[in-house]
Amino acid sequence: MSTHTLSVLVYNRPGVLTRIAGLFSRRGFNIESLTVGVTEKPELSRMTVVATVDDEIALEQIVKQLNKLIEVLKVIELEDNAVQRMMALIKVRSDSDHRSQIIDTVSLFRGKAVDVSHDSITVEATGSRDKISALISMLEPFGILELVQSGQVSLGRGARSITDRTRSDLRRAAED
Amino acid sequence: MAGETPTAPTTMTGAQALVASLERMGVDVVFGIPGGAILPAYDPLYDSKVRHILVRHEQGAGHAAEGYAVATGRVGVCIATSGPGATNLVTPLADAYMDSVPIVAITGQVNSSFIGTDAFQEADIRGITMPVTKHNYLITRTEDIPKAIKEAFHIASTGRPGPVLVDISKDALVDSARFVWPAQVKMASYRPTVRPHLGQVRQAAKMIAEAERPVLYIGGGVLKARASEELKTFVEMTGIPVVTTLMARGAFPDSHDLALGMPGMHGAVAAVGAIQRSDLLIAIGTRFDDRVTGRLDSFAPLAKVIHADIDPAEISKNRVADLPIVGDAKAVLEGLITASQDLQRTDLTAWQTWVDSLKRRYPTRFDDQTEDGSLSPQYVIRRLGEISGPETIFAAGVGQHQMWAAHFLPFERPDKWLNSGGLGTMGYCVPAAMGAKVGQPDAVVWGIDGDGCFQMTNQELVTCALNDIPVKIAVINNESLGMVRQWQTLFYEGRYSNTDLQSRRIPDFPKLAEAMGAVGLRAETVDEVDEVINQAMAINDRPVVVEFVVHKDAMVWPMVAAGTSNDEIKIARDLAPEWEEEVL
Repeated sequence: MSTHTLSVLVYNRPGVLTRIAGLFSRRGFNIESLTVGVTEKPELSRMTVVATVDDEIALEQIVKQLNKLIEVLKVIELEDNAVQRMMALIKVRSDSDHRSQIIDTVSLFRGKAVDVSHDSITVEATGSRDKISALISMLEPFGILELVQSGQVSLGRGARSITDRTRSDLRRAAED
Repeated sequence: MAGETPTAPTTMTGAQALVASLERMGVDVVFGIPGGAILPAYDPLYDSKVRHILVRHEQGAGHAAEGYAVATGRVGVCIATSGPGATNLVTPLADAYMDSVPIVAITGQVNSSFIGTDAFQEADIRGITMPVTKHNYLITRTEDIPKAIKEAFHIASTGRPGPVLVDISKDALVDSARFVWPAQVKMASYRPTVRPHLGQVRQAAKMIAEAERPVLYIGGGVLKARASEELKTFVEMTGIPVVTTLMARGAFPDSHDLALGMPGMHGAVAAVGAIQRSDLLIAIGTRFDDRVTGRLDSFAPLAKVIHADIDPAEISKNRVADLPIVGDAKAVLEGLITASQDLQRTDLTAWQTWVDSLKRRYPTRFDDQTEDGSLSPQYVIRRLGEISGPETIFAAGVGQHQMWAAHFLPFERPDKWLNSGGLGTMGYCVPAAMGAKVGQPDAVVWGIDGDGCFQMTNQELVTCALNDIPVKIAVINNESLGMVRQWQTLFYEGRYSNTDLQSRRIPDFPKLAEAMGAVGLRAETVDEVDEVINQAMAINDRPVVVEFVVHKDAMVWPMVAAGTSNDEIKIARDLAPEWEEEVL
């Protein structure tokens, strides 16, 4: 089993997310996370899909099936060194005795407090999946009241953009 | 096409724009049923040169569009209203999706302001059909209609063909807008690869020339690409034996020495045996369906695979290809012919001899005589083929009769065979035959249906009778859901749970046919078979239904039991073929 991150450029139209999500469930592809947001061009959205697959062939099948969707413009697999971030908001039980301890822990992870009350503190943190899960495990002993995480968003490193590579490149890549 | 000349934009209603768009696409016939939401479209349709055939069930409209498409090579069109009208199209859409049939379905939708409110006859048909269409649209603005229709036809008919649904809200049909016909379809995200990669084709030609036991594994893609001639040229040039899948029957003439027939679960011994022994499968326009491969890990265990298909996602989906080629089957075969021209080829005589011995020793056969003297269904189907000839268009239902038809009809020409291969839709036959006859009015069209299948969609015979569509339907009546019964015989100790249709008692098929305005005939003995077929052949002003009362225990052989290896093929119960001929 290996985990891969795909960036999928799609038209920003109603129903596109349903198509992609439906494709994954219908074809039995395993996805760990799926995020979507508009790009620098308002008519386009970009999805980041983190998928777990048995082998290269399974990944290739996902890419090919995504490419078949009429509203998908481009699918690329991001390299392992791509910038990968997710965000978490964590509400932790805290009284005045533990508050500073919690804040210290969170600042080790470069997170920060975004809300505080007499008996709770809400913190935000961004980073890789590993970093976020490490933070969560550090906060668990205090008592996590609520937790929400975004999916992962990713960009490849360097100046190259997803719109640089043409579709025929990708098709050739799929053939090779 | 009329649409190429730019004319001053005129203002028209969405309904008028829809009909004008269909006219510009060159549509001559549509199959449909009106209803509330689609009603506005039916008003301009009343004056249009587009012929509308009023069917009796939307499923019939969908399968008729498929039959029309397969028989003509053009896009078939069906129309339904919102809600139940649209949901009744789901089965034919799924069928067309599985078998890559180009159809466009147009459905009415409730007013856009009502969408999402559970309004009367509202169904999210775009959402419902997403998994079973190549693409679909929900149009709520009048000005978007012409572009959507043009795109729908383009998507349906190019690349790997398939069904496209255009759902149009009632207000978009009623409102007016300037009619702007797009000069061309521009879709940055949809550009199918038609021309194969030359390097890959050359590499394939080299592998083919070096192979000792090559087999051409030909699928429906070859028919869709109209590449039968190229296939024949390539076979004659190389001497490679050919298997044609259920969807490709007719792509290569069965009478040819190198034709091995159909592979798969009910495939011919020679076809299955050749694949299992092959060292190189040349798969073109086919998708390694489980009904062909049997247990995948033991399918063609010795073979390298060249897989050419227009849909890259089919390549290495089930069986990993050693050499993938993305492209149209015709272009691939043309490329292979050119690239093979100057290659030194391995002598295939030993291979051809072995394959031929399988063909000679294990022809797909049946007993003409049944124990109780009742009709043999295979005999009936063979006679239908022999009497009506290879120019006849045949449409089959799904089940035993379909498999017998796939073996015993004369497959000599392309585009004469319609059936539901991927989805296995019982009820496909009658409406598909209707659509084929509309598309090819001068051809003889026979439907070969089962008594179970026939009872699902036979009401379209009313449509045929009223619209001068004289199809001929043979009902192979074995009083049961025969294929399911066969499995019960083989795998459930003969416990015939709910497969007895009692259809020798009810319905009376000839009377039912007469009630629908068709001629009803029946044959129960061998002597009557030719007589009723000839009688049916002579009737050209009305549909004909011929009931053949056949033996109910007849089984489809050969057979590879589900989930087992193709090596386990049986030619009759507990009887396996001998792969090597004993030399005495």
